[in-house]
This record gives sequence, C-alpha cells and structure tokens, in this order.
Amino acid sequence: MLLTQLPAAELASLIHTRETSAVEVTRAHLDRIAAVEPAVHAFLHLDAEGALATAAAVDDCLQRGDSPASPLAGVPLALKDVFITADMPTTCGSRILEGWRPPYDATVTRLLREAGVVILGKTNMDEFAMGSSTENSAYGPTRNPWALDRVPGGSGGGSAAAVAAFEAPLAIGTDTGGSIRQPGALTGTVGVKPTYGGVSRYGLVAFSSSLDQGGPVTRTVLDAALLHEVIGGHDPLDSTSIDAPVPPVVAAVRAGATGDLTGVRVGVVSQFRGEGYQAGVQHAFDLAVSRLRELGAQVVEVSCPTFDYALPAYYLIAPSECSSNLARFDGMRYGLRIGDDGSRSAEEVMSLTREAGFGPEVKRRIMLGTYALSAGYYDAYYGQAQKVRTLVIRDFAAAFEQADVLVSPTSPTTAFPIGERVDDPLAMYVSDLCTIPANLAGNAALSVPAGLSDVDGLPVGLQVMAPAQADDRAYRVAAAYEVARDAAEGGPLTHRVPDLTEDRVPGPSMDRVAAR
Amino acid sequence: MPTISRDEVAHLARLARLAVTEQELDLFAGQLEVILSSVARVSEVAAADIPPTSHAVGLTNVFREDVPRPGLTQQQALSGAFAAEQGRFRVPRILDES
Amino acid sequence: MTAALMDYDEVLDRFEPVLGLEVHVELSTATKMFCGCANVFGAPPNTHVCPTCLGLPGSLPVLNRVAVESVMRIGLALNCSIAPWCRFARKNYFYPDMPKNFQISQYDEPIAMDGSLEVQLADGSTFTVGIERAHMEEDTGKSLHVGGATGRIHGASHSLLDYNRAGVPLIEIVTKPIVGAGTRAPEIARAYVTALRDLLRALEVSDVRMDQGSLRCDANVSLMPRGSSIFGTRTETKNVNSLRSVERAVHHEMRRQAAVLAAGGSIVQETRHFDEANGTTSPGRRKETSEDYRYFPEPDLVPIAPADEWVQSLRATLPELPWQRQARIQAQWGLSDLELRDLVNAGALDLIAATVDAGASAAEARSWWVSYLSQQANSRGVELAELPITPKQVARVVALVGEGLLTNNLARQVVDGILADEGGPDDVIAARGLAVVSDDAALTAAVEQALAAQPDIAEKIRGGKVAAAGAIVGAVMKATGGQANAQRVRELVFALVSA
Ligand SMILES: [Mg+2]
Ligand SMILES: [Zn+2]
Repeated sequence: MLLTQLPAAELASLIHTRETSAVEVTRAHLDRIAAVEPAVHAFLHLDAEGALATAAAVDDCLQRGDSPASPLAGVPLALKDVFITADMPTTCGSRILEGWRPPYDATVTRLLREAGVVILGKTNMDEFAMGSSTENSAYGPTRNPWALDRVPGGSGGGSAAAVAAFEAPLAIGTDTGGSIRQPGALTGTVGVKPTYGGVSRYGLVAFSSSLDQGGPVTRTVLDAALLHEVIGGHDPLDSTSIDAPVPPVVAAVRAGATGDLTGVRVGVVSQFRGEGYQAGVQHAFDLAVSRLRELGAQVVEVSCPTFDYALPAYYLIAPSECSSNLARFDGMRYGLRIGDDGSRSAEEVMSLTREAGFGPEVKRRIMLGTYALSAGYYDAYYGQAQKVRTLVIRDFAAAFEQADVLVSPTSPTTAFPIGERVDDPLAMYVSDLCTIPANLAGNAALSVPAGLSDVDGLPVGLQVMAPAQADDRAYRVAAAYEVARDAAEGGPLTHRVPDLTEDRVPGPSMDRVAAR
Repeated sequence: MPTISRDEVAHLARLARLAVTEQELDLFAGQLEVILSSVARVSEVAAADIPPTSHAVGLTNVFREDVPRPGLTQQQALSGAFAAEQGRFRVPRILDES
Repeated sequence: MTAALMDYDEVLDRFEPVLGLEVHVELSTATKMFCGCANVFGAPPNTHVCPTCLGLPGSLPVLNRVAVESVMRIGLALNCSIAPWCRFARKNYFYPDMPKNFQISQYDEPIAMDGSLEVQLADGSTFTVGIERAHMEEDTGKSLHVGGATGRIHGASHSLLDYNRAGVPLIEIVTKPIVGAGTRAPEIARAYVTALRDLLRALEVSDVRMDQGSLRCDANVSLMPRGSSIFGTRTETKNVNSLRSVERAVHHEMRRQAAVLAAGGSIVQETRHFDEANGTTSPGRRKETSEDYRYFPEPDLVPIAPADEWVQSLRATLPELPWQRQARIQAQWGLSDLELRDLVNAGALDLIAATVDAGASAAEARSWWVSYLSQQANSRGVELAELPITPKQVARVVALVGEGLLTNNLARQVVDGILADEGGPDDVIAARGLAVVSDDAALTAAVEQALAAQPDIAEKIRGGKVAAAGAIVGAVMKATGGQANAQRVRELVFALVSA
C-alpha cells in the first residue's frame, strides 16, 4: 500500500507509532507531486525544504518521546494560496500579487504550524477566489485528475485536485459561494464549509468578507473532522469569529461511522432538482438519499422557495464587497506596479496597475459591485440582495424545524470541459446554485462523494447542510453515508482516480484497495 | 431590463481605478447588462418590511482592550514596497484631487 | 490671484451666513482604533504599523473598547442620545494615504446624535450650537511631498508615505446648520471650537492640540440672501489649524462668497484650503460627490449595541464640565455675571480657582490675578496662564502675607522674583532676604540709633507730640529696607522715649 493513498488519520497513526516517519511520508508526497504535477498543476508554489524541515521536527519530538502536537502532526497538507504565509509567496492566483512575500502568518497558517501539520505548498485557485473552475487563475488552469481535459471546479480547484491526485491527504480551501464544496463534488473529495465564524478569517485574503469561510478538503470525512478541529475555534483577531468551542465534529464522525442514522430527519430541498440538473447527477443523488433511508434516516421533503433568489443575491453581495476589498491592490505599498515612469500621477499608476494586474472576471465583478453600491442603485440591488439574505435565513430556519439536516446535489453538473463556460459568466455562476444559500445564511455545509454519474462516469457530490454551529450534525450524516457507500462500492471513490503518470507509476486500483 | 451605457462603464472604471481599454468598455457594458438583468430578480421577493441582513452571525459588541501589541518593524512594513525612501513608501506624485 | 472680497458690513446687510462645523478629534487612547499599534505622535515613520493599519491583504479590524467609551462620553457631554444599535460603514475612495482605499467610518448610523453645546461670547451672551452627530472613524497616514515647493502637493515629483497615523481613532463631531449668527458668525465659530476643546480636555479623551492636528476643524460656510430661507451652496474650508484661523476663515469665506454672488456668479461646492499666512482660502481637493463613496455596512466589524447600564455607567464618569464649574464658582464667590465674564475673558477663572484650591481666599486670589499679575502679563504680552508662576505659588505668597511674614510691598518683590525664574516664594525670600524683621533686639538697636540721630524729634515725642513718632518709624523702615514690622517699631519708639 502506497503511503500517498492512505488517509491522514492512518498516516498520522503510522507516524505517531513510529512505524514510518513524517519525513518519509512527506518525501512520498513530494515524489508523487513531482510525478503528477505536470499533468494536474494543482500547486502554485512548493516548499519541499520547509516541508521536510517541519516533518523532521515532528519526528524529533516523537523521537524524544514527546506526544504529538496534534492528531495530525507530521501529515502533509496543501494550502490554498489565499491564506497568508510568512515563509511562502501569497498570490491568490493573481498577477497583481506575483511574488509577494507577506510579513505575517494567517491564523489558520499559524494553527497548522502549531499542530505540526506539514505544509507542502500553496495551491492554485481562481483569481481572488472568483470562479467555479480554477480557469481564472493568472497562472494557468488546474486539471481534474478524473479527466485532465475537465475543470476541477473552483475557486479551490488546486486544493481539491491535489487531494484527489494523492499529492496531499489534506488541503485547506475557502468557500464564499461553494469554492470548497463544488470542487469537492467535481473531484470526488470531501469539502467542508464550516459555520461562518467557525474558522478565523484573519490572514485569509478577503473576496467577500461576509461570506468567506475557510475549511477542510480531504478524501475522508474523518480526515476533514480532524483538520476542522485543528483550524477551528475563536480568534480575537477576527471580530466575526464565534467565541464558542468547536462543535464536536470528530466525535460526530465516530458516531456516524457506526452506520446508524435512526431518528435523524433528513430534508430533501425540493428547489434543487429539475431543469439544469444532469440526469447522472440526479440519479446519484436519489441513490444517496435511498442509502440514507436504509441507514434509518427519516427522509422528508422540504421547500425553501427563496433559495431560487440566492444566486442573484449572491452575485450582488459578493461583487459589492469584493469591489471594496480589492481596492487596496493599487501598487502603492506591495505587489505589482505598472507605469511609474516619473511623469504619471499616483492615480494614473493605480489605474494602470489594476488594469494590468487583474484578470477579466475580477474586473467584471469589481465593476458590477461598484455599480451595485452606487447611490442611485444601492436600494434596488445591494439593499434588495441583503433582504433576500434575510429571507434565505428564514427559509433555513423553517426547514430546520422539519429536518435535522438538509441534503441536495452539491452542484447541478459534473466536471465540465476546460474552456466550456469561461466566456459565459451566467453559465459559470450556475455551478454554485446549490451551495450559495449556506454562505448567505452562514450555516454549516459539506460535500461528500456520492459515486460517479451513470452518464459520464464523473464524480457527483452529496451536499449536507446543518444549522449554524451544528457542524457536527452534517459530519455525522456524511460519515454514516460514506461508510455505507464505500462498503457498497468496494472502497473510497478516489481509489478509482485514473493513473496520472506517463511512466505508469502504479496508481491506486480497486484490487489493491480490496487487498487491504 | 437595466441598460448600461459605455459612459456609465467608463465612470465605474474611473471610480474603481481601472484603466479599461475601448474594447473592454463595450465588453463590460454588454456583460454587466446581461448579469444585472438576471440578478434584478432580487427585487421580486424582498418586500419593504423585510430587514436587510449584513452579518449572517448575530454577534454584537466585539471589542479589543486598549492594550498595545507588537506590530511590524519598519523593515517588515516596507518589505513589499515597490520603492521606499527615508523609511517611507515612495509613490508617484499625488494629484491634489481624488 | 486674490479673490474679490465684499466689505464685511455689506455682506451682512445683504446675506445671512449659515455655518456648519466639522471637528475631527484624535483620541488619546493607548492604541489605534482597530489594531494594537501604539497611538503616538512623532515616532520614526512606519514604526507603529501592523498588517491591519497597513491594510495588508487578509488583515482584519477589531474595535478598541476605550475608543467606543470615549465617543459615548463625548456624546453624553454634548447632550446627545446614544444609539441603542449602530454599525460601521465603509467609505470607498482611492487615496494613497488610505491603505485600504476605503475609510472605516460611520454613515447613516452614528453612535451619538442630536445634542447641543452652549457657547459663551465675549459680550457675555451665550449661543446654543446644535450637534447633529458624533461618530467614530479612522485617521489616514501622512504624505510627504518631495520636489516642487517644499511640502506642497503642487509640483511635487513624488510623495513619501508614513502610516503611523493610519488607524488612529478619530471622532467626527458635526454641528447642525448654525443659522441666525449674523455678524457674530466668525466669533461663534471660534467660540464653539474653543468650548468643544475645553470640553474634550475636561473629559481627558484627547490632547486637543490643533497645532499637532489632534483637533482639526473643517468650516462649512454658505450665504443665503436676506429674507430667503433656502441655504446657498456651501464650501468646506480645511487646514484650519488654530482657533484664530477658525474665525478668520469664516470671515474670509463670507466676504469672498458675497463678492462672487454679488457679481452674479455662483458658489462651487468644493473643499477649500485655508492659508494661515494671508488668511485667505483657495480651491483644494475636489470633493467626491457623496454617491461616489459607495457606503455600505462594514462586514468585518459587528454592530455595536450599548446596553443601558453601560451608557449610564459612562454618564457617571463624566467630570464637572466647564460650564458647570463656572456656575459653581460664580455661586461660591458670589460673582455678578459681569465679574464672571471679565474673569473668563481674562482667562483668569481657572487660575483663581486653582489658587483658591491651594488655600488662598477667593478675594486675595482674584486681586492677585486680575490686578498685579494681569499687569505683568500685559507688559510681557503673554496670556495670564503663560506667566511662569503657579496658582500654588500665588497661594503661598498670600499665606505669608497673612502670617505677617511679608508686607504687600515685599510680596510683590517675591512675585517679581518668581516671574524672574528665581525659584519658588521661599527661595526668592531667602535669596533676596525679604523676610519681615520682628526681632526686638535688632529693631531696638535701629530705633535707638534713629532717636540718637534726631534728638529734637525724640524731645517732641516726649513732649507728647505723638505724630512725630512717624519720622522715627520712617527712618527705621528706611534703615531696614522696609523689612521692619512697622507696628512693632512704633511700640518700641514710645517705650524707649518714655524710658
Ligand atoms: Mg469624516
Ligand atoms: Zn496597526
């Protein structure tokens, strides 16, 4: 069994029991990265040296007989390039920050370091997290390990692809409208958007402050829970951080893993089906729901009529906030500066820098947000969108009266071909139809692999949504479902990821998994 | 159906400090119109009596005690600067106008 | 090019001025508004900065509790109501001294609103200025313009930015439109800023140094034709860095605008720059029209909802405010309104009060400050408060006179010594040897000498001519340089002649 195919929990126990070393595990992943990166392009920056140094430090501490800094000490991780790192460049997939080395660490970065997690590098993303395909990266697209001509979803396509391609067992993403969950669905991985305020945003480069939330990207629900407990919790540097203990997500996974969901009420959101939903996605979802029923869950139909307005509300709120958040990128204090020839004014240089430094989607959203916030239009657009937000919260509240968790397909379609939607913003935006309501309301939601589409053979995701600060509920249901699905289909979905290396480095295959 | 003129796009671009090209003016004018007409639906549901939500989590009164904590050194502060002089960020001449 | 100005009296014959004053106060908190950087003036550039006040990507603001309490105390002192719920908003515009290219401020939800401040004018009358709002915001960095005329923005080749001041807590206090001030508009503007400064000083929330920019005033001025009730277009004059400048700037803007209007022109809504040197204003940065600021609720900060108990506990911390103090002192000392006003105008009230607190009687303290010390101040051309003598020292002198250790004449010499920086009262007395001599032995000798020197007078006294004793007393006083206790000398004279 290759180390790179093991989930983080198993790697951690092998490292902590000294059956293998963190350095060995890190090397194995660096080798895998070397082998598949040319095909996948999940990373924008690799720090092999730093990673091996961290791994060695973990091994030394274990050698001394000290107990590991955390349950994930020594396990490699891929960090989305939207989190600030003092020892690595932070670009957010944008030209305007090319080569920028920040003078500080994000809180999430700090917590990972303190936990002894080995940060391999920074992953590719849509520029400033604006996109659903990772095609908006200034540094080229990331490819979907399931089909290299397809997108891995976005904006966190790099993190999802890295995990799906066994370049790392753990990754961190951020989810503003679905940027963790939708890539999870399109790459057959687990992606969690914790409750808003559950994970610190300090050092997370803001796209839309009231919606952004960092979270785990993994291959198993347990790994996600373990990582969630490492990065979660109150941060006095983030005013919107919830001052309460992290929900007991690991315990919830252990409970769910027993495969018993008796008495759990699962609500199927009736709005998330029908036109625009691929047949293969619908079939996989229906099958997932029947599996939940078999596990003892009580499935009910719930209606959230205002969810139909979540997408338009999102495409007013997010661009509005981003038009303000991205104003600071002006070439005056850091990053790219264009046209400073000694004759031009600061204003001119700012405009030339932003014009050259931002890609089309970012400019489009900045313009859209600038328009939506203008006095003449504020009430009709931004103001109305904020009211829709209230209605969505009310719909969730009503739905959670009838059900403990809500489920839906994570995305209406499977991975689409690279280039297919890049020139059609609206078509691209539809990928986040099902994920956006949870961002608007701030509650917890995750995507867990729900098998392959019987139409195109590509992964489909099951979205599980829970009330704010009840993240553990979603984890319990996802864990139970994962056990049942893996049992029925003979192992984790990701073990069906095709071989990605020309020279046929043995990739994972069903028989190898079965042999375990 | 909202219509966005090239002039409006040009005004937005100036407010947003984007030196957009002529082609972009047309491109954005068209795209903004399409996007806005699709998101304009938000006005269908939200009645006047519905309070807007700016913060999903209902927190209030989050404060810091007035106690200094170490920040960055001058060198760290200027580390990303395109140009620095006398411990300050060097920027092009500032128009007496914004 | 100097603007045409209308004669001031004519301005008032034809127009009614409308003022609006925006005062920005830098709080003297230990740290900045939204980060833990030290809030200090005059440190080396970019040495009190962090990711948050530098606006680095990923940084977030966290609100300073003391800053919130300060603005609430200011609001309460200005009779404002405190909002039960309010938020911050982002004011979006690009300017290099603003690291995020938006300012975190308060827009339609200020924390304090609808108050008033009563100001006193030189003629003793008072004028009530309505307070529209007091809200919190963050200060900007400072830019240094290099090349071209020194420091001026025009013709500069480039600029250098220091963000130590970025994020320093600012309170913006905005008046309601001040109408009906008439000819006293400039004086009222100055009196308002003065009263506000004294209030903020009493609250100990700011060091209110206009010269250092910790108190800044923007004067909005417009004119409406007499008889009209529609406000004219206003200009906002910035860079008004002293109390006197507030008065001059309003005065000048009134005359300039009147000339423009009289010439059939119209006023441009604009920001103007006050020139200390010649007391004029010139067009400054064009003001973005408010719809261009794209205000929206700051998503990185949560709403403020002060509980009533919190507000009341802050109300309880309010010190005796300047006008309360005046009322108390007037009652205690039984001053007429006229007397009180003279003391206030002379800037003597606080000095006298402090002298009384140091043990002197109100009458003694007043007579020193309003007569002898005022003369000294005038002859030196300085404010009374600027004299190098403290109320404590004055009180000590008063005490020494009371104990008969100083004559009034000696007391003045002691005060002169203090004003000449010869030290405190006792130092001066010692150094100049000014203590009254009551020692009999010394005095007896002096009297015997005087009698021996003028036997004829001694005869007259023996002969019952009591008045003649004065000559001997005078001689003794002369001989002792005025330090003799005259009463005792007189007694000794009679004792000795009748011996
Ligand atoms: Mg202001
Ligand atoms: Zn700071």
